[in-house]
Amino acid sequence: MLAYIVRRLLLLVPVLIGVSVVSFALLQLVPGDPALILAGEEATEEVLTRIRQEYGLNRPLPVQFLAYLRHAVVGDLGVSIQSRQPVSTLLKQRFPFTLKLAFLAILVSATLGVIAGIIAATHRNSSLDIAALLGSLVGISLPIFWLGLLAILIFSVTLHWLPSGGTGSLAHLVMPALVLGAASSAVIARTTRASMLEVLRQDYVRTARAKGVSDRLVVYRHALGNAMIPILTVFGLEFGYNLGGAVLTETVFSLPGVGRLIVEGIFARDYPVVQGALLVVATTFVLVNLLTDVAYAYFDPRIRYS
Amino acid sequence: MSGGLIVGLFVLLAVLAPVLAPYEPLRGRVVDRLQGPSAAHWLGTDELGRDVLSRVLYGARISLQIQVAAVGLALLLGTALGVTAGYVGRWPDMVIMRLVDIMMAFPGIFLALAIIAALGTGLANVIVASAIFLVPQFARVVRGSVLTLKEMEFVTAARALGERDVTIVARYLLPNSLAPIIVQTTLRMATVLLTASGLSFLGLGVQPPSPEWGAMLSNARSYMITAPHVATVPGLAIMLVVLGFNLLGDGLRDSLDPRLRE
Repeated sequence: MLAYIVRRLLLLVPVLIGVSVVSFALLQLVPGDPALILAGEEATEEVLTRIRQEYGLNRPLPVQFLAYLRHAVVGDLGVSIQSRQPVSTLLKQRFPFTLKLAFLAILVSATLGVIAGIIAATHRNSSLDIAALLGSLVGISLPIFWLGLLAILIFSVTLHWLPSGGTGSLAHLVMPALVLGAASSAVIARTTRASMLEVLRQDYVRTARAKGVSDRLVVYRHALGNAMIPILTVFGLEFGYNLGGAVLTETVFSLPGVGRLIVEGIFARDYPVVQGALLVVATTFVLVNLLTDVAYAYFDPRIRYS
Repeated sequence: MSGGLIVGLFVLLAVLAPVLAPYEPLRGRVVDRLQGPSAAHWLGTDELGRDVLSRVLYGARISLQIQVAAVGLALLLGTALGVTAGYVGRWPDMVIMRLVDIMMAFPGIFLALAIIAALGTGLANVIVASAIFLVPQFARVVRGSVLTLKEMEFVTAARALGERDVTIVARYLLPNSLAPIIVQTTLRMATVLLTASGLSFLGLGVQPPSPEWGAMLSNARSYMITAPHVATVPGLAIMLVVLGFNLLGDGLRDSLDPRLRE
């Protein structure tokens, strides 16, 4: 187990270096002089020279990249062009919010998805099963941003039940979490159904039934535990995707997360912010995936990645 | 095959939009602004008095264009990478798969956002960004399929007959990988619409006044209270088309590749 974790951690190194190359390359790919982009169109030659000096833009690219990496490792992601604040400070303000939102969304979707999946699997081919299947198909087909707009229209504008955006109380997060979690619920429901059906076919389940164990006990005591293993992996994956979906959710509900930060950064051509946000989000996603895989290996003794 | 029906209808409407649309998509009379559905405007009008039905129909053309171009591009690139990785193996496989890992390290729309940040907004860049976003998925599927196939006896036989690598790939490996590739292509037509319209909704994709569905929704946000119909129709269109491709993809998977059936 330990060897597996160490090996996976080592495999992360090239991916993380690659991710930093991508976010570093961003500024180089933008057409035009990076110094001009950083300083703004009306910059004088003097300012440009200073900026080139300050950001080391007059050095060869590989040297620049190594410097970028050296700073990034210790948490120095540069300074925002727009607000003049360190990018790391901005991320510290914004990223926890996105994490909270993604976490709430996975909580909602895990609950909804697992319940719907179990019901569908235990009532196979019934109208409940078909409803769950159709529901999950619609769930993965819904554009998050439209679902968000509809939710605002119904629950804020018409019914006045929930605030339409902003932060402050838990009520502000109810709609965003539900909207962001909708697609995940669908995926989790599908996985739960498939996994439960698979487990319910196993011999030990038949044995339990033959012994006269009640249906409820068979499902919850004997089957669910083993069915949960693949579902657990989906939790991890979906949590990661929720980080991505958060960009749209935060826009719809005007929430101060890292998704909004990156979109505003792109509009303002504030490249240090965009680079930093990309780096942090991707690193988090990669680490979450690693944790998921380790959990999978831990809970399923049949799986040994050697 | 309800999925096929929805997709067929969508393609038909997109192609026939200029014939079917009762009004011009970009021009409206301001006096007609934000009207609800009526006999003259079946789906009402938007904030500039433009006919929503006509705009949604023309929007179908833009969506289809983005979907075909982006998925086509991703299919070409992804297949090339997947075949190389799976068939050649060794270090090319290592390099390509690490590249795929790096691209997949950006969750969801983030990779597309990074590309848009570098290239700028607009239709062409949305296509490029959405395509690159899909490349890893195709590369993985094709590589997996090639890895299984190349160990099979008919490939060994072809090699024993002295067939060249190019022939083996073109004549034996790719045709036998068609089923998973077709299923992927269909399902990705759904994903790419969500990504592209998402980018436009954020203001980072196709720009107004173009009747792209995501851009229409982004505009409609400001008028949601007075004219909710403007925000309803484009979203419904996206959902239906995505649902159609998902249904079609699932159906194709079941019929083309019975082993994958649940």
